[in-house]
Amino acid sequence: MKFDLSEEQRLLTESVERLMLDSYGFGDRRKYGGEVPGFSEAMWERYAELGLLALPFSQEYGGFSGGPIETMIVMEAFGKSLILEPYLATVVLAGGLLRRGGNEAQKTELIPLIVNGRAKLAFAYAEPQSRYDLFHVETQAKKQGTFWALSGVKTLVLHGNVAGKIIVSARTAGGTREKNGIGLFLVDVHAPGLTRRPFLTQDGLRGAEIALENVRVDESNLIGDPEGAFPVISRVADEAVTALCAEAVGCFTKMQAITLGYLKTREQFGTKIGSFQVLQHRAVDMLVELEQSRSMTLYAAMMVGEDNAIERERAVSAAKVQIGRSSKAIGHQSIQLHGGIGMTMEYSIGHYFKRVVMIDTLFGDADHYLRRLAALGGLRSESIN
Amino acid sequence: MDLMFTEGDRAFREEVRRFLSDNTIPEIRQKLAEGLELSKDEIAAGTRNLYKKGVPTWPQEYGGTGWTLVQQYIFEEEVRAFPALVKLGMGQDLVGPVIYTFGNLAQKQYYLPRIANATDWWCQGFSEPGAGSDLASLKTRAVRHGDHYVVDGQKIWTSSAHYADWIFCLVRTNPDVKKQQGISFLLIDIKSPGVTVRPIHLINGSHEVSEVFFDNVHVPVENLVGEENKGWSYAKYLLNNERFGDAGVGISKERMRRALELAAQTYVGGERLVDQPSFREKVAELEVQLKALEITQLRAIANASKQQQGVQDPASSILKLRGSEVEQAAAELLMVVMGPNALPYTPDEELGSRNEPPILPRWAAKIAPTYFDSRAASIYSGSSEIQKNIIAKAILGL
Ligand SMILES: Cc1cc2nc3c(=O)[nH]c(=O)nc-3n(C[C@H](O)[C@H](O)[C@H](O)COP(=O)(O)OP(=O)(O)OC[C@H]3O[C@@H](n4cnc5c(N)ncnc54)[C@H](O)[C@@H]3O)c2cc1C
Repeated sequence: MKFDLSEEQRLLTESVERLMLDSYGFGDRRKYGGEVPGFSEAMWERYAELGLLALPFSQEYGGFSGGPIETMIVMEAFGKSLILEPYLATVVLAGGLLRRGGNEAQKTELIPLIVNGRAKLAFAYAEPQSRYDLFHVETQAKKQGTFWALSGVKTLVLHGNVAGKIIVSARTAGGTREKNGIGLFLVDVHAPGLTRRPFLTQDGLRGAEIALENVRVDESNLIGDPEGAFPVISRVADEAVTALCAEAVGCFTKMQAITLGYLKTREQFGTKIGSFQVLQHRAVDMLVELEQSRSMTLYAAMMVGEDNAIERERAVSAAKVQIGRSSKAIGHQSIQLHGGIGMTMEYSIGHYFKRVVMIDTLFGDADHYLRRLAALGGLRSESIN
Repeated sequence: MDLMFTEGDRAFREEVRRFLSDNTIPEIRQKLAEGLELSKDEIAAGTRNLYKKGVPTWPQEYGGTGWTLVQQYIFEEEVRAFPALVKLGMGQDLVGPVIYTFGNLAQKQYYLPRIANATDWWCQGFSEPGAGSDLASLKTRAVRHGDHYVVDGQKIWTSSAHYADWIFCLVRTNPDVKKQQGISFLLIDIKSPGVTVRPIHLINGSHEVSEVFFDNVHVPVENLVGEENKGWSYAKYLLNNERFGDAGVGISKERMRRALELAAQTYVGGERLVDQPSFREKVAELEVQLKALEITQLRAIANASKQQQGVQDPASSILKLRGSEVEQAAAELLMVVMGPNALPYTPDEELGSRNEPPILPRWAAKIAPTYFDSRAASIYSGSSEIQKNIIAKAILGL
């Protein structure tokens, strides 16, 4: 058993934490959020310079061949600063689909653009009725000669407002809720028939709703098997969920530290509020939640590379349950222990709270993943040995 | 013992329903049903309509309806369910009773009618940056100079200050005695020179609370309620009323209703969410808690009816404590129903203006902001920890 980071992983941790410390304080975040795309283009360039955008891609396309642990390290640091940039959308989601599903030509063309910061991408998986089911796809893709014609509505496209190209899941065969018959299409946002309605998210990020009306997509922009994309989608979603768990752990770490700091400085009744035993116990509860979350995120990160889909999904589901429950537990306590100040826009804690609550709703909340885990037979204890 | 409302109460409920459908402005009902915010004018007009027969919680001699506590409860419940209007609160529920209980004749004659017909809006200036849970340590000073006090200091978290005409404040009039014994209850015209109101934005983006600064503000001595340095006991009376009204049974019921309505339109794995056993269990669990709260409140009402006015009842802390927890759980339940669709943030202006038929009811856009906001329920009017301290001391004798 070994939980230590390798030398390279330690260096990665140091460099990304240093960058965040220098350039991504709470005040910086507010400023970046006010810039035109809703985040900092300058920071995006810094991520490129540091190689963060290259992390999960293989070296032949300019990447660093990092794995889930590397992504975890970066996402945790990002979580501490509540970054606004489209890293999850571009690198983890769209990048993951290209990496796992794209052909040589697509990878050679697009991955270097992601790596050097010149392409922002998004993944349009959700639909008005799909809820958390990635296979619930009503958007149609019809083959017409050398083109595919896409029609339908995609909702909740994370950073779909800034992406130049969007990967869209669409139905090529079968019924609405069948896992077979789903294809992935790389669509240019300027394609005729595509309209976007941008929106702000509850936690200060951006997204878009996308309507497709007979949007023509060249066959060369079909990613992988036109009817067999679901396993790739599901796998990339597991990677994204693991990355989100790590981001949440970054948030939790800060929430715990900020709250603890407050308990040690705020005075009422002539004493530090941290001297009240009832609040001490709450602070301990928060720490327990944080450590449990960190453990489950490590577990997911170590299991998400697993080729056995069932084992992988069990681990990822379990981690998402823990993170979802802890989001509430840590979020509620951290605000409560602050009193009124915790409820304000000007103070950081509420922003962390909103982010972790939204992380809970991405891809599936704790209840959803609990049902999924139970349906998979649960986590059998012998799977850790 | 009888759990049922009496025949008289049931007839009263019918009468309230008729009254509401005859007297509620349709646009206000519509906006409330869609979760949109009302303008100041709409709130004022709505309140005037609602209080045509008098202020529901006041005795008749002061412009109230003289209703029993049970009737007040029924009225409130029906108003929520209709929905008509969430009442203004600060004037009618908080300062009004203090004025008719402890104020002098001139104060009663001047202020009460203006509160009852929504001419004057009030806000509550108790908390300060350094005096939250430890309210009695407040520092805002009022120094008497002949016929007026000079007030200096700062209040914070003042709800509706940006709408208010008046602020009732706890101020320190004697710094040399035990902290509870040097506090007075002062009524201050918020438009007075030297008063500055600065907005504070809450995490859901709303502007509900403000900071209020007092810089050399002159307040006539006739604005003092009761006796100088007795303000703490009036404040305790007020907080007790506030907490009694804080069980929020109506709010929680409304949230549950909405959660079920939305769950009936939401499909999960091909079946309606409302039909899913695990969801139904979650709902049932919360229904049990809500029913228990409701009956506890009705018991407290029955009990209070037997006691004389103004007696402090520590049960108000139980209602406030549990009420805020149930309200929060109901807000969380709505989040579960909303699922991934909670993500987009839609400002009010856009909510009203989209012209294509919405897929979800318009109020659904407010679910996440309401959930975020619900976290304040266990902080304001005395945090849950403070309520537990009060219960431990006053009820359990610990
Ligand atoms: C939305 C909102 C609206 C409000 N509206 C008004 C208003 O209109 N007028 C007004 O005057 N005030 C208002 N308040 C203020 C509210 O009453 C205070 O926020 C509250 O009393 C807590 O004070 P505080 O914020 O200073 O927190 P603090 O008192 O600093 O408390 C911080 C934490 O310490 C805990 N704590 C403190 N003392 C103890 C103790 N002895 N034992 C155990 N735990 C303890 C608290 O429970 C809390 O968890 C409002 C607050 C909010 C959030």
